[in-house]
Amino acid sequence: MRLLNLIKIAYKAIILNKMRTLLTMLGIIIGVASVIAMLAIGEGSKESIRSTISSMGSNMITIRPGADDRGPARGSGGNVQTLTLEDYNVIKEKVDLLSNSTPVVNSNGQVINGSNNWPSSIYGVYPEYLDIKVVGLQSGSMFTDAEVNTASKVALIGQTVVDNVFPNGEEPVGQMIRFNNIPFKVIGVLEEKGENTFGQDQDDIVIAPFTTVQKRILAIDYLNQIMASAVSEDDAPEAVEIITEILREQHKLQDFEDDDFTVRSMEELISTFSSTSEMLTVLLVAVAGISLLIGGIGIMNIMYVSVKERTKEIGLRMAVGGKGSDILMQFLIEAILISITGGVLGVALGLGATVFIENFLNWPTSVAMYSIIISFAVCAITGIFFGWYPARKASALDPITALRYE
Amino acid sequence: MAKETIKIENLKRQFTMGSETVHALKGISFTIEEGEFVTIMGSSGSGKSTMLNILGCLDQPTSGNYEIDGVKVKNLSKNELATIRNEKIGFIFQSYNLLARTSAIENVELPLLYNSKVTSEERRKRAINALEMVGLGDRLFHTPSQLSGGQQQRVAIARSLVNNPVMILADEATGNLDTRTSYEIMTLFQELNKKGITITFVTHEPDIATFSGRTIVLKDGEIMQDYKNHKVQSAADQLAKLPLENHLS
Ligand SMILES: Nc1ncnc2c1ncn2[C@@H]1O[C@H](COP(=O)(O)OP(=O)(O)OP(=O)(O)O)[C@@H](O)[C@H]1O
Ligand SMILES: [Mg+2]
Repeated sequence: MRLLNLIKIAYKAIILNKMRTLLTMLGIIIGVASVIAMLAIGEGSKESIRSTISSMGSNMITIRPGADDRGPARGSGGNVQTLTLEDYNVIKEKVDLLSNSTPVVNSNGQVINGSNNWPSSIYGVYPEYLDIKVVGLQSGSMFTDAEVNTASKVALIGQTVVDNVFPNGEEPVGQMIRFNNIPFKVIGVLEEKGENTFGQDQDDIVIAPFTTVQKRILAIDYLNQIMASAVSEDDAPEAVEIITEILREQHKLQDFEDDDFTVRSMEELISTFSSTSEMLTVLLVAVAGISLLIGGIGIMNIMYVSVKERTKEIGLRMAVGGKGSDILMQFLIEAILISITGGVLGVALGLGATVFIENFLNWPTSVAMYSIIISFAVCAITGIFFGWYPARKASALDPITALRYE
Repeated sequence: MAKETIKIENLKRQFTMGSETVHALKGISFTIEEGEFVTIMGSSGSGKSTMLNILGCLDQPTSGNYEIDGVKVKNLSKNELATIRNEKIGFIFQSYNLLARTSAIENVELPLLYNSKVTSEERRKRAINALEMVGLGDRLFHTPSQLSGGQQQRVAIARSLVNNPVMILADEATGNLDTRTSYEIMTLFQELNKKGITITFVTHEPDIATFSGRTIVLKDGEIMQDYKNHKVQSAADQLAKLPLENHLS
């Protein structure tokens, strides 16, 4: 009853100063909206990185020649020739924590079908490749170990290659294409995977038996890469360690020498990217948080002015029986009403901004419930915190002193 | 003997401003019994408002005793004082002290907002009642800026009545009004007094004092005179005798 009266009084005071209240609220509105939008952007990019990486096989382990000195999104290893099939065989034999593994050689070149011509990349691998990368087939079938052994000229192609060299919609399986002038029989089409986080088209690819690519196209005796998958995601870090040990031994590296290869698990990649985007999120949220703080100071400022301006009113309220606690509550409620209304509008604006960002800028976003709860809580706390001091000051006034205030 | 509504003994109030001390009240004693109508007179600066503020529990004396309805004010907490102001006292200020941009009815409701025993319907009813008593039944929703000085004064009076106080303390409630309006308001006060409300009325004007049963004259913070008025005038009669032209001004 009494609280209801106080809420009414506070509400009246706000209504009497609509414009001023709105301007005060604006700080809170912008603060809350930016916290929510920033968190949504941060969460969204984190989620999209995580999902693209795990769609690439979250327990995948890659081994590349050369030392790790080029950051996470490195190329294919270039000309470094430290990785051999011998290495692959030892790893396959000795590391029980791996369920699948394949050597990889790759090359860029032209895919040709009649007059249709498309620049793409060919990967020479073992049949396990599909399981490691978690790719299925749209049609046709994978080549067999026997076809690897005989270096058969068969290939599987990705959707982008299909679109470009079979533009008229013919069924590619069974057709002949040429890669760098070597004829291949298409035996399958890979499932579509779209772009990965780094903007690479994962469907612009030709897969062929390892031996075929190594001998017939590249004519090299080293590997560009070894791909493997750990028995489980949790086993990946240990597998990485074991592989590192084996390869150091294989390469007869002394203790003081650095690795001449790089072993990476996807988990590592995920955490590298997550931490980058997390840092970005923290930064964004910090900026947004500062604007929320400034909004709070705005409330404090306005409440302070309000108390000064209404000192006579406070005196009168006390003279007709208002207690110190009533005055305190009145101003506190006023501050909280301002901040909570600002919070509600801020949440609405933040969600609106998120929808806009998602649809018009095409950035991945994800509104986390906790971000709404947090910014709302921060709002209410801001109201209480910044309203408290001026309200406290008002309630401590002496009725007659307040009434005489000019 | 009747109940003592107000009893003060050797009341002193001094204000310290830097090195200077102003002795506004220099030891005042008197009692006001229930149902009395007392006017306080005195020249400007004689300490009338200072005394009335103390009687209204808005200010504390520097020394001396004050009992209201037998309760020693000195021993009361801030909150208890607020409750006394809320339930027992109707205070009318020298400058009306209405809430700006707030309707007459809401101004009058104000004291009841701080009384949780009064429901919102009752609050409204009592506010309308009080405004009707002061003749503003047709100005309920006017804000102070839409009312004349006399009407604002009457809103302030209605506000002091709304909590059914045992006593009304008025600080120059007619100070800014013309003779006719003053007499109208005095008529109202006499009616209230007849209903048993104790009234303490500060004024400058000797003719206003003739409407009260007792007058206390202050000078430089001391009581000069304290006398009973045996021929109390009826404000209603005086009002009837006023020449009509006065009404037009
Ligand atoms: N808060 C204060 N601080 C300092 N001096 C004060 C204060 N209040 C009153 N005084 C002084 O006390 C004396 C009495 O003032 P008070 O207001 O009681 O006079 P008054 O009789 O009501 O005068 P008036 O008829 O003009 O209203 C004056 O000299 C005044 O200056
Ligand atoms: Mg005065």
